[in-house]
Amino acid sequence: MAKNSIKIRAKLKGDVVTVKALIKHPMETGLRKNKKTGKMIPAHFIQNIMCENNGKSVMNAEWGASVSKNPYLSFKFKGSNKGDTFKLTWTDNTGKTESNEVKIK
Amino acid sequence: MLDRRNFLKSSMGAGAVAIAASCGILTPISVSAAWNKAAFEAKTMDVSGATASDAIKIKAPDIAENGAVVPVTISTTIADAESISIYTEKNGTPLTAVFNFGDMTEAYASTRIKMGKTSNVVAVVNAAGKQYKAHKEVKVTIGGCGG
Repeated sequence: MAKNSIKIRAKLKGDVVTVKALIKHPMETGLRKNKKTGKMIPAHFIQNIMCENNGKSVMNAEWGASVSKNPYLSFKFKGSNKGDTFKLTWTDNTGKTESNEVKIK
Repeated sequence: MLDRRNFLKSSMGAGAVAIAASCGILTPISVSAAWNKAAFEAKTMDVSGATASDAIKIKAPDIAENGAVVPVTISTTIADAESISIYTEKNGTPLTAVFNFGDMTEAYASTRIKMGKTSNVVAVVNAAGKQYKAHKEVKVTIGGCGG
């Protein structure tokens, strides 16, 4: 996989898939000052996370700025099989979006 | 405030359509447009419409040394949970994250949040038109908001 801001692990155990994802993102609240210049650092954080299994949405999340820098996310879902494609897409408040896909193991 | 109340009410009742939509009928682009600005920018927390429940488990440290990274895991045994919201009561903007679940998803969400100071972490679960809440206090020694 090319350089990507998202690391995903999706593992099937019994009939439940546990997804763990790490996203590289500054998650700036817009309330912090740059100590050198004294200027406010503009807000820059992820607002939406979309998770799909074989194209079907399983979870979506809305985030505020108080989710930590380089956010971690984990959740579980049923009804998936080994080899299914799991896709995670994020969109931040600047409109930037990125996604990554993994096969469920 | 009014917007926020309306948002909470609508996610319980008539707005179930919107929830259904955000659970997969709409494309990612239109869902991202639905980011609830009013709720996320609200300076106060209002969860008075929710009933306290023992069926919600919040896993978070009792004392967080670094408020910038506080691991929080929420799970519930309440049937038909549609969404889990995480609030950090004393943050400037308390609403931290909302997880909307599809019908295949287990009522479980885990993430890491920033906390400015010692505060209650409140989890609100939406299930079958009702709201349930639980909270846990996390003591913060070094705040995670601001530099």
